[in-house]
Amino acid sequence: MTSTLETFFGKKVQIITNDGRTLIGMFQGYDQTINIILTDANERVYSSFQGVQTVPLGVYMVRGDNIAVVCEVNEELDSGLDLDSIKAEPLRPIVH
Amino acid sequence: MLFYSFFKSLIGKEIVVELKNDMSLLGTLDSVDQYLNMKLLNVEVTDAEKFPHMLAVRNIFIRGSVIRYVHLPADEVDVELLQDASRRDAAQAKASAKVQASQAKSQQQKGGHGGGGGERAVVPAS
Repeated sequence: MTSTLETFFGKKVQIITNDGRTLIGMFQGYDQTINIILTDANERVYSSFQGVQTVPLGVYMVRGDNIAVVCEVNEELDSGLDLDSIKAEPLRPIVH
Repeated sequence: MLFYSFFKSLIGKEIVVELKNDMSLLGTLDSVDQYLNMKLLNVEVTDAEKFPHMLAVRNIFIRGSVIRYVHLPADEVDVELLQDASRRDAAQAKASAKVQASQAKSQQQKGGHGGGGGERAVVPAS
């Protein structure tokens, strides 16, 4: 059914939530409603005034209702990012 | 299930998915499921300057509930076939609703005569 998320197991993923938050962590598990468990989770806080702030969170379970997209993070590209220089408006929330 | 089948026929094609947070993602459709959750490969955000949030990302799973539009490649869609299938789907749904309604009706009639006494005994008088 949702066999599509299986390929993300054990990988670093980035979740964008319905309220526009960005969570990054190691993908440990999911179910049919896309509830997801992340370990080593961090939130990346985007702002148009300063670079990206990283907030450590630990182990997180995100309820499927609140998940917009799950991205597989390419670690090579990610480690090449200069987060301090990235300035952007925070993402807008999902409006149904 | 019609649109599920339809999207399955688009696997491997390039599509643009617009989300309900105004972000648009261009990528190759890799898979789709019954909820129209979609997985895209080699994704680019169409307005990368506004959305640098996905710079280190190539493969994306999108929850069907947050999709606003899917922009399709026009030459990959047989509109007439889709219309025919939609009509057939609608006719089928109508027919099965009719059958269900008549079944419910006959069940009700049965309950009114034979099963009525028994049912009453089960329901506590409140």
